[in-house]
Amino acid sequence: MKWLSDNVLKHLQQVSEMPGLPGARYRLGEVLGRGGMGVVYRAHDSELQRDVALKVLSIADTDSERMQREARVLARIEHPGIVPIHDVGTLEDGRVFYTMKLVRGARLDAYCRQPHALPDLLRLFQRICEPVAFAHSQGVVHRDLKPANIMVGHFGEVLVMDWGVARVLSEPEQDGAVIGTRQYMSPEQAAGANADIDARSDVYALGRILENLLGGRAPSPAVGPLADPLGSGHGRPPRSRGTALQSIARKATATERDARYPTALALAEDIGRYLDGLPVSAHPESILDRIRRVLGNNKTLAALIIAYLTMRILLFWFART
Amino acid sequence: MNKVVYGLLLGAVLGAFDGMTAWFTPAVRDQIMGIVIGSTFKGLVVGVCSGYFAKKVNSLPWGIVFGLVMGLLFAYLVAAMPDPSGKHYYFEIMLPGSIVGTIVGFATQRYQPATQKVAH
Repeated sequence: MKWLSDNVLKHLQQVSEMPGLPGARYRLGEVLGRGGMGVVYRAHDSELQRDVALKVLSIADTDSERMQREARVLARIEHPGIVPIHDVGTLEDGRVFYTMKLVRGARLDAYCRQPHALPDLLRLFQRICEPVAFAHSQGVVHRDLKPANIMVGHFGEVLVMDWGVARVLSEPEQDGAVIGTRQYMSPEQAAGANADIDARSDVYALGRILENLLGGRAPSPAVGPLADPLGSGHGRPPRSRGTALQSIARKATATERDARYPTALALAEDIGRYLDGLPVSAHPESILDRIRRVLGNNKTLAALIIAYLTMRILLFWFART
Repeated sequence: MNKVVYGLLLGAVLGAFDGMTAWFTPAVRDQIMGIVIGSTFKGLVVGVCSGYFAKKVNSLPWGIVFGLVMGLLFAYLVAAMPDPSGKHYYFEIMLPGSIVGTIVGFATQRYQPATQKVAH
């Protein structure tokens, strides 16, 4: 009897798991990622001569309707920040697959592990808000926004992925099922109040992502909404990066939906105002804050005025003595 | 408002303010009106030059250097004129003049004229 080596066994396992694709259009490559509901492969489209990402349901999951739904949702929201669907089909075993643009780059969580300047991270966050806001304008709520579902391309372009659990607001949905990822889930999602889910639920997740960007780490699941679905709402505050930014994150992750930004665009605009050195809607300024902000925005001018006044006082003092 | 007009107004205002600080020097207090007028005119000229320079050269460091040089130059021309007692106030005029020039040079570079809204 001959023993098989580990490598051979691994190869056999991979081959046995590979979906049997109809026709010869797609040639499967390596596994790019595995999620709760499916596996994503690199594939080569021999007709159009390009590499694509091919997603199929996992063997255990037989809910093909969900996959078709994701494909339909994605087809509905065409935006440069949303991974486009190229093709939908059915495997020989009846499972649904679809191909989409192959995104090259890093997931947001991996991207943030490298050091980046705060303004760069905030501009990146604004670019994340844009496709989400667009989807909202089309009546689609993502419901599972998290760093793992956001890709950052080599040129800083942002792509929001995995719209498998997105909710089309015009379609009624029953309460009960908890959908999303607990660290980034809004209190209404965590409570299973699916009828209450709207754009502000994604705003909450964006606020958690913002906290993550500011703090450089994922929010603690222990203080996530599942632990306290209708309680304090958000966990550990981000590491200090200026109170205006903290206020923005706090407003986005407010427990009460009405206290959050009404849209992802409003959140992005407040970030823009922060970047431009303007007052943000989430942070009422005291006079001291205002002076600090104005001086911070005009350091050179402030230094020149201080130099002038100092010099004037010195001249006056010398003239007296 | 374009950069030249902005420089002119800012230079005039800062020049006037600079001139008024002479009031704190008792020796020249009786000549305050002439000092304020002269300083305003000096600031105005520095402002126009800095504004014109900012219009032609879009560089914050060079704008600051230009304002500084203009401020020094015109302050020197003023300081070179002796007061009735024959005394020159080089330091008292050139030092603040140079800083005012620097401020005007900086501000004219930083200032962005409001873009006109175009109706489509």
